[in-house]
Amino acid sequence: MATETQDTAAQGMELVFHPMDQFIVKPLFGDGPVGMFTVTNVTLWMALAVLATIGLLVLGTSGRSTIPTRIQSIAELFYGFVRKMVEDVAGKDALPYFPYIMTLFVFIVFSNVLGLLPGAFTTTSHIAVTAVLAMAVFLTVTLMGFIKHGLGFLGVFWISAAPLPLRPILAMIEVISYFVRPVSHSIRLAGNMMAGHAVIKVFAAFAPMILIGWIGVLVTPLSIIAITAIYALEVLVAFIQAYVFAILTCVYLKDALHPHH
Amino acid sequence: MATETTAAAEGHVSPLGLEEAGKCVDSHGGAIGMPQLCPEWMGNQIFWLAVTLVVIFFVLSRVALPRIAAILAERQGTITNDIAAAEDLKVKAVEAESAYNKALADARADAQRIIAETKVGIKAELDDALAKADAEISARTAEGEKKIAEIRAGALESVEDVAKDTAQAIVAAMGGKADAKTVNAAVASRVKG
Repeated sequence: MATETQDTAAQGMELVFHPMDQFIVKPLFGDGPVGMFTVTNVTLWMALAVLATIGLLVLGTSGRSTIPTRIQSIAELFYGFVRKMVEDVAGKDALPYFPYIMTLFVFIVFSNVLGLLPGAFTTTSHIAVTAVLAMAVFLTVTLMGFIKHGLGFLGVFWISAAPLPLRPILAMIEVISYFVRPVSHSIRLAGNMMAGHAVIKVFAAFAPMILIGWIGVLVTPLSIIAITAIYALEVLVAFIQAYVFAILTCVYLKDALHPHH
Repeated sequence: MATETTAAAEGHVSPLGLEEAGKCVDSHGGAIGMPQLCPEWMGNQIFWLAVTLVVIFFVLSRVALPRIAAILAERQGTITNDIAAAEDLKVKAVEAESAYNKALADARADAQRIIAETKVGIKAELDDALAKADAEISARTAEGEKKIAEIRAGALESVEDVAKDTAQAIVAAMGGKADAKTVNAAVASRVKG
């Protein structure tokens, strides 16, 4: 990325394109290497997500009022939204797993939204994070399927609604798609978050054009408008991706609870 | 921005070379390639993610979710109770309205009855009074007629007396010697005729 800047020198100023620098993991204190337990910007922004969770869902509901305050009604909205999703998508017998899905949803929502603050670090833009989330879902769901239904869980791959000759072929496709699930599940979230933030950074790099040449009169306002528009889109994406992640978890959970189509 | 002018200084090492060497950041703190793919940082991220998820899970499952569930259940209960109370009150209101209407109808009927009774009473009294008045009037009329008859009789007598006296006086004045009996008989027959 650094090499790109070498060609854009003009009148002593140049545009700086570092769209990926925002994703660098750094130690929060000092400048040492990043070990497993080092307190880094990942720690900071995950801790902020935890604090936001506590602030909204614990402190926000501490009044326990029958007529809710504004913040309490937002907390209730979160609760009702995820609970209804679990109930509608995965069925009533999935409700014991509701805290698990709520944890995923709340963590992703707060990570995504906090990541939109200027200068923030977006933890959910990293494959390492989303892959752990997705693998956790995948392993839990698969194990639970086998524990609940034994080998009967394999029925999830055997489409009994299809004509018999087609079933082996469909089963192969089902098996492949089953194992692709955690990949798509994690890359969807990380890719969305990374792409949006990188695009904002690219447009931001065009903003100082007005300091470089007359063409900046045109480019700078355009880039600022583009940043604003993409930022609005990213706010939407932040919620939608958390929703998508949670609802897919519910869908996978449903397959584990009711493997027969 | 200013640091970038010196970027060329380390530009001799290709980014790919640095990545292969396991470095994810160049000498100026810029990212090489995608930081998402840097294996050095993954352990750190996974560790802190695990910590975060465990903390959020316990905060949610121990504190937040039971509390919100309790709040919602309580509200649902309150709403159900309030609706039941409202239904009760509505039934009561309907009852009260029908009782009021009944009382109103009763009162109307009573009033009608009282009016009818009073009318009958007044009519009877009026008839009574009229009869009495009629009787008195006829009594007084009879009395008056009697008096008139007396007066008339009295007047006739007086006329007879005056006529007798006048006849005797006339007879005496004519130089005759008036026989009182004859004069009286004559006057009486004239007055009667």
